Amino acid sequence: MNEPVVNLELAIEHGLSEEEYDKILKILNRTPTYTELGIFSVMWSEHCSYKNSLLQLKTLPKEGKQLLVEAGEENAGLIDIGDNLAVAFKIESHNHPSAVEPYQGAATGVGGIMRDIFTMGARPIAALNSLRFGELDNNRNKYLFDGVVKGIGDYGNCLGIPTVAGEVYFEDCYTDNCLVNAMTVGVANKDRIAKATVKTVGASIYAIGSATGRDGIHGATFASEELSEESEEKRSSVQVGDPFTEKLLLEATLELIKEDVLEGIQDMGAAGLTSSSAEMSAKSGLGIEFNLDKLHLREENMIPYEIMLSESQERMLAICKPGKESEFEIVCKKWDLDFALIGRVTDSKNLTINFKGKTVADIPSYYLSAGDGAPVYKREVKVPDYQNDLNSFDTNNIRSKESTEKEFLKVFSSTNIVSKQWVYHQYDYMVRTNTVIGPGSDAAVVRIKGTNKAISMKTDCNARYVYLDPRTGAKIAVAEAARNVVCSGAKPIAVTNCLNFGNPYKPDIYWQFSESIVGMGEACRVLQTPVTGGNVSFYNESDKWRVYPTPVIGMIGLIEDIKNVTPSGFQNIGDLVYLIGETKNELGGSEYLKVIYDKVAGMPPEIDLEIEKSTNETILNAIKSGYVVSAHDVSDGGLSIALAECCIINKSNPIGIEAKISSELKEHQVLFSESQSRFVISIKPNFKSDFESLCNSNNIIFQSIGETGGNELNINDLFNISLSKLIDVYYNTLPEIMNSK
Amino acid sequence: MKVAIIVFPGSNCDHDAYYSFKKILNVDTDFVWHKESNLDKYDLIVLPGGFSYGDYLRCGAISRFSPVMKSIVANAKKGKLVIGICNGFQILTESGLLPGALIKNENRQFVCKNVKLRVDNSETNFTNLCNLGDTITIPIAHGEGNYYCEDNVLEELKSNQQVVFRYVDDNGQTQNQSNPNGSKDNIAGIINKQGNVLGMMPHPERNAEKLIGNADGLKILNSILTSFGKN
Amino acid sequence: MKAKIKVMLKKSILDPQGKTVLHAIQDMNIGNFSDVRIGKYIEVSFNNSNLDSAKSEIDDICKKLLSNPVMEDYDFEIEEIN
Repeated sequence: MNEPVVNLELAIEHGLSEEEYDKILKILNRTPTYTELGIFSVMWSEHCSYKNSLLQLKTLPKEGKQLLVEAGEENAGLIDIGDNLAVAFKIESHNHPSAVEPYQGAATGVGGIMRDIFTMGARPIAALNSLRFGELDNNRNKYLFDGVVKGIGDYGNCLGIPTVAGEVYFEDCYTDNCLVNAMTVGVANKDRIAKATVKTVGASIYAIGSATGRDGIHGATFASEELSEESEEKRSSVQVGDPFTEKLLLEATLELIKEDVLEGIQDMGAAGLTSSSAEMSAKSGLGIEFNLDKLHLREENMIPYEIMLSESQERMLAICKPGKESEFEIVCKKWDLDFALIGRVTDSKNLTINFKGKTVADIPSYYLSAGDGAPVYKREVKVPDYQNDLNSFDTNNIRSKESTEKEFLKVFSSTNIVSKQWVYHQYDYMVRTNTVIGPGSDAAVVRIKGTNKAISMKTDCNARYVYLDPRTGAKIAVAEAARNVVCSGAKPIAVTNCLNFGNPYKPDIYWQFSESIVGMGEACRVLQTPVTGGNVSFYNESDKWRVYPTPVIGMIGLIEDIKNVTPSGFQNIGDLVYLIGETKNELGGSEYLKVIYDKVAGMPPEIDLEIEKSTNETILNAIKSGYVVSAHDVSDGGLSIALAECCIINKSNPIGIEAKISSELKEHQVLFSESQSRFVISIKPNFKSDFESLCNSNNIIFQSIGETGGNELNINDLFNISLSKLIDVYYNTLPEIMNSK
Repeated sequence: MKVAIIVFPGSNCDHDAYYSFKKILNVDTDFVWHKESNLDKYDLIVLPGGFSYGDYLRCGAISRFSPVMKSIVANAKKGKLVIGICNGFQILTESGLLPGALIKNENRQFVCKNVKLRVDNSETNFTNLCNLGDTITIPIAHGEGNYYCEDNVLEELKSNQQVVFRYVDDNGQTQNQSNPNGSKDNIAGIINKQGNVLGMMPHPERNAEKLIGNADGLKILNSILTSFGKN
Repeated sequence: MKAKIKVMLKKSILDPQGKTVLHAIQDMNIGNFSDVRIGKYIEVSFNNSNLDSAKSEIDDICKKLLSNPVMEDYDFEIEEIN
């Protein structure tokens, strides 16, 4: 294929602005080659440069004594957990690919985030996800949901990493833009952490893994009159995941790091070879020179532009320690992996690309690197026109429409509330035999073999709250994730985020984004959970639908002593049940308002972060003192839903309760208010006075609401529903929807 | 007693099996790479679960041509104990050491959960600590665990007491509802005629500790040790 | 009528199954094999007396259901059966 002439018009077709093109001309002091234009366009794209989000992201708290690398410095956050171990974790979106091809889109999303973790020398120990689709009364949404779940399952299952927790929500606004966020948690030996750096001039650079094809080179960047129909057919944005090759790559990478033959290693994710090499070169202040003739290719007649921009999956870029080349090659051969020596480290500070005897690109890496020479913008913000109307909806005027029993069953059978067992039974959540608490509880708990420790983890975001008030909503997302982790007996230690928003060039979207960041920063500061990194996904909107602003939080907690692991559901008959926290009249953005009145409006619940923090600390203290048998947070749907879940989360051994809740509020407000910083916990009766004095001394609001036992859920004698009925609704609703045609 | 955990490219329950034998049961255990050709020094050969060669083409179809398989077949013929779990069971049927085949689950979905198994032969080297008819809880995690064989093969399996485990309900009955994958006659595990090669889809090594279950898997693992006079 | 339909991944798309099977075949030391692609074969029986409209019906289901046009190509032949 002939390369088109590079000019401003072509640059604009590549998504660059006129101002950005001028900047490129100045940097190079000449017209870029076609390959160079391609490289700039991907490195200055939103995805790689974070150009519209970086200034906001920099305001998030990144400090913490347990942090081993700063956010953005490496592929993922790294937390010191003692015992010479570190936890690496990160969440990433694969929304757009999943909307086009749900199975492969979700599968390659899992593959990408796994590589981010094992490229650091951490063995993945668990996968999580956060999914959002349009309502399931639409066949297209069912198809997307089904395909995404299968894609996540097949990839993670084949790789042998347990998928232990997640969340799934259904809401019309995600109809054209489903959200598929995947998270991986890994554990590394602290003295065996690999970095994405180059150190020695002359060191050999290898590409390992799958051959490079024309995968994921975007249509827009291809526009040129030279293209024929034949090349049209070659241009594909869908990539196929190969979990088997990923498994080999995982084992080989960890072995290479263990054998100490690497100077640096980086996975090839978005913008493949370009991004992995440019970032390493810029960070290290050394150059990288490639000879692309050496790279193993899957397709014929590929040009350097295509090779550099290809997003073929399951590839790594490794820099070998000088003199260790033969050891390096032995490991790759053992794992049946293809590899090629494609370049060297140079002293030039440039990314230099040679192909068929010619230099086709020569760019100072600094200008390609996010936050260095790549552009950074602050966009205009404006409160959305609809915001005032939305918030002024008065939930005080909301009355029950039907009997509380009927309303309860309607809310309880909402697809957003019912068990997601249909989903997680398709995920291998037990492989590696570390899953102490699997999916279906508040947070998952994975033990670390060889220690007394366990890691608790959860993804969380109630996007309705964020839509109604981005700042408060983002605070609640952090607080709720922390609360979930606390329920499992863990101290929350750090956060990763996946920020899913609409088009940042629209001022009202950018307002949602910047407000969310402010709220998230505040919550993470108070709760002392630094943000270790994450991912931004903009443009999640179509002509018809705009997603709710959805800043998903991935929270990690540490359990120092495995005996403190705490389940969510009731465990024994005769335990005392307490409601912790204050129940206010807060139905704005609630599941009740949506299910009964079909409305998402009002103001979200208030959140007092200091109260959240002291409540969390008190609950943890009670768990460590051995008082607590079970702990569950009160969230979507309110107290009645939380109590029902406590009764039946342990499906094979359900335990009822006759609860008496004293409150000044109206019945439906008591049952369905979504006030924050609340828990339902059960304790051993002999710890009654110890527990109550602990709460009192910490000024924690609590009330005793009954004791566990019986085969029914009874709340204030408003209704009396058998546990078998609850189990039927909770566990059979989703399968019935998904199995019906 | 010495245990070999065979590692194929794509095996992913190899570590779980190793941990169970080595750390929980304290038995001398090695990982054995699939290119190894001599297994004579081992007393028990474990083919672990996973997705060998990605389960591409057919589960177990490519692994059976691995160099190590020749030695496994030879040792099995000599009467050495071999256990194939999940993907290992699939490899054993592909290689002809056990009859039948494992096909796609009836509902075409991967399924991971705890199931109840009934021990239908307690006289084997793998179940000698169980009583006939015992119900044990063992996890499954597979997409292709639907046991299939011709009717005459099934009759033969039954008449030789070769069906060792069946999927049952809480009352120990074989019901359609207690069949998680559509397996013929609710079959979860079978043994060869000689009684030294067992294949099962459920994972006993995943329930060998109270921390992550009720440790029912130990009944199977300890039975193996007992047949070597250990335990 | 009966339609015999083949659905294959587009040439440009990675076929992990094909690649792995090729490696396995090469390890068997039989002949000289250079590529394997794995696809789906589907048979559909239906009633239609007009070949042209039969073709367009089959084309329709291939496009809408049996293949995902962003990543797969298809091909079919139609047989009349009595």
